[in-house]
Parts: sequence; structure tokens; C-alpha cells
Amino acid sequence: MHDNKKNLAFIDGSRLITEALVRAGADTFVGYPITPANLLYLYATKRFPTMLAAPDEITTLQWMSGFAISGHVPVTATSFPGYALMVESIGMAAMMELPMVIILVQRLGPATGTATRGAQGDLNVVFGTMSGGYSLPTFSISNYHDCWEVSAKAVHTAIELRTPVVLLTSKEMVMTQQSFDWSDLPEIAPKKVKQFEGEGQYFPYKADESLVSDFLPVSQNKHQVRITASTHDTRGILQNSTPEAINNTKRLEEKVNKHLDSYTLYDFDEQEGAETLVVSWDISSLASREAVVELRNKGKMVSLLIAKTLLPIPKVYIDIIQRYKKVVVVEENLKGQFRQLLFGAAGREGVTGVNGIAKMINPSEIVEEVMRYE
Amino acid sequence: MNSKNFLTDSQLPFCKGCGHALVAKNTEKALQKLNVDPLDVVLVTDIGCHGIVDKSFLTHTVHGLHGRSSALAAGIAAGLNNPGKKVIVFTGDGGATIGMQHLIGGAHLGFDMTVVVHNNMLYGMTGGQPSEFTPCGFKTPTLPEGSSKEGYDICELMVAAGASYVERVIGIGDYSDSLAKAFSSSGFSLVEVMEICPSYGVKSNPGIKLSQVVENAGWNVKVFADGKGHSFKKPLKENTESLISEKLEIKPKYQSEIKKPVSILISGSAGEGVQSAAEFLAKAGILSGLNTTKKGSYPVTVGVGFSASDVILSPKPILFTGSTNPDILVITSADGLNFARNTAAKMTSGKLYIDDSLDVPETGAQVIRVPFREKLGARTSSLYAVFYIVHHEKLFPIDAMKEVFLSNKISKKVSIESLLQF
Repeated sequence: MHDNKKNLAFIDGSRLITEALVRAGADTFVGYPITPANLLYLYATKRFPTMLAAPDEITTLQWMSGFAISGHVPVTATSFPGYALMVESIGMAAMMELPMVIILVQRLGPATGTATRGAQGDLNVVFGTMSGGYSLPTFSISNYHDCWEVSAKAVHTAIELRTPVVLLTSKEMVMTQQSFDWSDLPEIAPKKVKQFEGEGQYFPYKADESLVSDFLPVSQNKHQVRITASTHDTRGILQNSTPEAINNTKRLEEKVNKHLDSYTLYDFDEQEGAETLVVSWDISSLASREAVVELRNKGKMVSLLIAKTLLPIPKVYIDIIQRYKKVVVVEENLKGQFRQLLFGAAGREGVTGVNGIAKMINPSEIVEEVMRYE
Repeated sequence: MNSKNFLTDSQLPFCKGCGHALVAKNTEKALQKLNVDPLDVVLVTDIGCHGIVDKSFLTHTVHGLHGRSSALAAGIAAGLNNPGKKVIVFTGDGGATIGMQHLIGGAHLGFDMTVVVHNNMLYGMTGGQPSEFTPCGFKTPTLPEGSSKEGYDICELMVAAGASYVERVIGIGDYSDSLAKAFSSSGFSLVEVMEICPSYGVKSNPGIKLSQVVENAGWNVKVFADGKGHSFKKPLKENTESLISEKLEIKPKYQSEIKKPVSILISGSAGEGVQSAAEFLAKAGILSGLNTTKKGSYPVTVGVGFSASDVILSPKPILFTGSTNPDILVITSADGLNFARNTAAKMTSGKLYIDDSLDVPETGAQVIRVPFREKLGARTSSLYAVFYIVHHEKLFPIDAMKEVFLSNKISKKVSIESLLQF
């Protein structure tokens, strides 16, 4: 039963996500409406200082990039059909090194599929967003607290690393309403993009050991700014394939990997002596947490890993899964997309999945899979 | 006129005789006439031969994707929100074709920017393919018989879309005054510069005169619009209210006697208040000290077909918010019955409350037939149903339902007394 001192409300995840984004430093929302991201769009109209309705998803990403070039931190929310249209522009924004957050609310595919059914089917799409396989920092939300903390981390990561960031979620996370106590949510400090303050020539793509170059918006008229999506040198001048330009392109990947520890978020509920590990992400984390409670009540020893940072895959996940004989990866898709990213096509003995589409995976399915070999 | 340079001293990166070089030089001259600072200018270039000119400019430069330069520039213009800045787009006829929606949308919304279309009537960078701007009869290396269709008249399109300044010029000699006029217009402006590609256009159409091609195509060389447009203003709200505030707070004041989670599925028709009724039930649950979740299911159509909602009421925290076999299934309409038929069939226990006008589906649940629809009408059937089950299942005090209902505007249309007739 509830304690009267708490701040109880009946809310959906979209409300928490939107509030967290703004508090973290995002100031502009550009959106094209798509189910099931509608609530994020609706809340953005109320909360973001600037909210623009774009005519389509390609325009959305281009406007966002323009806002970022002008010194803003933009956000959008979409679902697979919209994300598919955004792909080329996301690559452009990554190459230009523009901070932004793209919220991808997963729904049942393929193609238009069923707009009002949830899914976890878009991880592979995000993994392959950029030509060359370059990494986009990608987060997912496993519960209401994550709607707050992970959303804020997505904005902070975009700002700190000057990169687009993807926040993966799903229909049931952003649209389901539940009783929630917000009294223990941590404060979110706003972040700003670090700007060049030197006196000499400004090199838009020259980075120190952090591998993150200092930013300057085109709103100032002290230093010339050159921004380009084509292969370029530190000045932002298009190059075919000079060593300097190729090194700059490599830096994009090195940059997001160098700082990976600073944005690695996960929950690891370890039970000493357990030989079985349940791994999950996004909406299936709800069922996974409940299944682990049930399994332990039955006397089954089991550990639980909830991945919140999905891409690049943090090394700590590999370290953890290697310690377990049996690993059960739970996700609402047919092929086990995260499982394949963790273990490859060859898999590994003792690795199985709990998968399904068109319905949320039930805790009993996870319990059954874990107990299958007992 | 200032003497500031907008171009570097290096040679422009174009073929000999290409009109693109003249666009760059006329742009510099126009900006000098307007006495603009180079770093108050943002040049956004598209993909194509013209787009590699950015390294020659001393302004801010942005080089993006094919066809998207106008949308990218619109974002910059909106983000800057400063009429003192000049946002200029260089695009070709190919980029303009791909980005036609961006051009129409930009003119329609009035973004403060100027688009300079380098129209040489073909794709120069990729080997001389025809574009949607290629006029009838004009030949290209991949269309040696000549185009059989008319090309776009971008100027007429922009006028129709609401651009503030639109002009077509022949890209020969000094046309800097036209560019200066466009650069100094507020809102969205476009200048189409007619050119012939020396590598493909001239070779495919020997002896052809640019002015003759333009005339034959029926494209007027003139000012199409001057000053009737509007200027986009970035929407900006100061100090928007937090979405998490005390306004949302629900302070428990009643007591529920349930000892374990109760899962309820309400299945009815769109437009009959299913989602609202489920929300009242969940909020009243919180008011009674319970943890609650509500998950909606519906087709993509808003006002037709089924509408269903899963509600969980629990004295303990709820981890999994999805649907399992419900303890209580409530069916208020034929749409609801069709949606929940499989759920009913899987139930081996629990209760099925079903409107008495409906056939009872196969189920192992205890069946209770209630005239939900007859009692207060179809539109209130789901609301009446949740009052009914709260009362009969003793989920929590009915006063909690009353309180939530009376705080909602629907209480002005439906009397609370009618909902309490069990």
C-alpha cells in the first residue's frame, strides 16, 4: 500500500521522457506524427521552448540538423517507418557531429505492420544505420525510472560527444499509464555544448585527446565555421581520401567508443552461485524482472542483466555473460536481435532466447525457458 | 558597396565556360552591394558540381545531402531566428527535383532564406542524365533523342507556394542586382539561374543558344514575385510548465481489501468510453492505496472498431504491466466480444461480465450477464460496467470511484446516481 508522503500520480512514460529531455538541455522538438510516438509529440508541444511540426521525417532530421548547426539541441520521436526515412540524414548529422536525440518507439513490423502493437524489432536497423557500420550511441528504457534517467543521459551523451543519439523504446513503455511515485527521481542538471574559445583559427573538426572537437554555431561572426557531411579534413574542407580526412572519419567511431564507459548504463542483479543469466532490454525487462523474482521464489538461482546502453555493446556485458553456463536472452522479436549482436550467428552452447511478436512476452514464458533443462 | 571578399583567391572548381562560376562571382558582388559581413552569411550547398564551391567561400559553409539543402537551410534559418543573417542555398536542378517538397514547404512557411537554383537542365556530375527540369527537345548524353516532356517551371511553383521574391535570370554577365534583391527580401526567395553545362549540354546540343532554349521552353525571364510573402517566426515559449507537478498528485485516502493483484480486461467499442472508464478505475485504485497500470489496445482507426483496456490493481508494486489471463473480463459490445473471444476461451477461472444482449462465448470463467448497454446507453456502458464491478467485486470503496468521476467533466453529462444503480 502507498505511503501518503509520496508524490503519486497516474502517468505514462512519454510524460517522464519529455520532461527529462528538456531538463537535460534539449530545447527544440521537431516532429512528424506517427503512432505510437504521438504522446511524445503532444507533450513536446506543451513543454519544449521550441516545437516545430515538420511535413515529413526527412525534413524533420534536416531541420533538426539546421537547429543544431545554429547552436540548439534538438529532439524528435518516431517509429520505424519514419526512422527509415531519416537514415541518410542521421548519417549526415553524425558526420557533421551534431548533437541530437532520435527517439525510436518500436512497433510491430515489417513495413507499416501494426501501428498500435508494440515490438522490439528495430535494434538491427539502428545497428546498421550508418554506411561503414559506424556506431550511434543507443539507449533503451527498461522501466519508468529509466524514462527519466536514461532519457537525460541520451541528451547529455549527444551534447558531450557531439553526436546523434538513439533512444529506443516501445509502444507499451510510452503509452501505458501506471501509478508512479516521482519523489525519488534524481535532479537532472542541464548540459550545454562545449564551444571553442580560442583566438586563433577555428578548426571545426580538430579534436584533442578527448576526440571531441569544440563546437561553434553559425550564429557567431568571430570565426568561420565549415560543416560538411562528405569526407573532410579538420577544416571541414571536402577531401577525397587524404590521410587527414580518413583519420577524421575513423575518429567518429573512436570517439563514441573511447567514452563508452561514461555512458554505459545497465542493471546487474547477481545471485551468487547462479549458473543461469537472464538478459533483457526495453519492454521485455518488465517480464524478465518479474520472472526472476518468481524463479528465486521457486528456489532457482538466477542472475539478471538489463541492458540500457545497447550500442556500442559495452565490454562489461561480454564479461558478465561469459561467466554463465546458461544465458537466456528475452526480447520481443522473432530472431533474437540483441542475442545475435552478443553471440553472433554461431551462438554458443547454453544460449537460448525467449522471443515472440505481437504480444508482450509473459513472465511465465521466461520461467519455463529457464527451467527447461532442470 | 563594401570591398570585403566573400571568395578566396583560389580558382573556382568548375569546368571552363560553366555558369556556376558566374553564380559564385555574382553572389559575392551582390553581398558586397548589400554591405554584409561574410560571417553573417551561411552558405548551404547541395550535392552536384555547384556544391563543391563551398571551399571557395569565406562565409560560414554547410554542405549536406543531395536534395536536402533547402530543408537544412530552413532549420538553420529558423534556429538563427535573426533577419540580420543571410542564409543562402546553392542547389542544382537535380537537387531541386529531389527536394521539391522542401522548396514548396520553405516558400509556404516563409523561412528567411534565398535559394539559388543552378539550372543547367541536366545532371552534370553523374554523366548528363535528364532531370525533371529538362525542357522538351533538349538532348543529353543519356537522352540523345531529346526530352519528350516539359520541364518544371520552378518559378511558377514558388509563386503558387507563397515565396516573397522569385526571379528567373539568364546566367550570363552581371545579374548581381537580382541576387541582391533576393538576399535582401524578408521571407523565402528564389532565383533560378539558367545555364548550359559545357561538358554535356553544349556537346549534346551543338550550336544551341541558352536564351533560345529558355524561350522555346516557354520560361519567362522576369521577376515573378516581389515582396508579397511572409517571414517565418520561430515559436518560442519561455519557462514552460513542468509536466511533473503537484497537479497530477493523487493522495490515497481510501483502503482496499484486496490481498493480491487483480487483472481486469475491459473490452468494448471505440467511442463508448472504454479508455476513460479504465482510467477512472485505475485512478480510483490509486486513491484506494493500490498500485495500478492501464494499457490500451485499439485498431489504428480512432473512432471505429474495438477498444480494450487492461487494468491491473495490486497491493504490491507491479513489475510486468502486460496482459495475462484476466481475473475479470468485462465485455460491453459486439466489437469487444470479437476482440476478447480468445481471451475468454483461455480463462479457466475468474469472472466474465458480459452485456446481456451478447451471446456468451466459450469460457471457463463464471459468467455474469448485465444490461450494461441498456442501463445508461451504449456510450456510457463501459463507465457503468466499471462502477458495477468495483461494487460487486468489492475491489475498493465505491466512494473512490465517485470521487474520481466527480472530478471529471463527464460528471456534468452523466449523473452519479445513475451509475450507482446496481
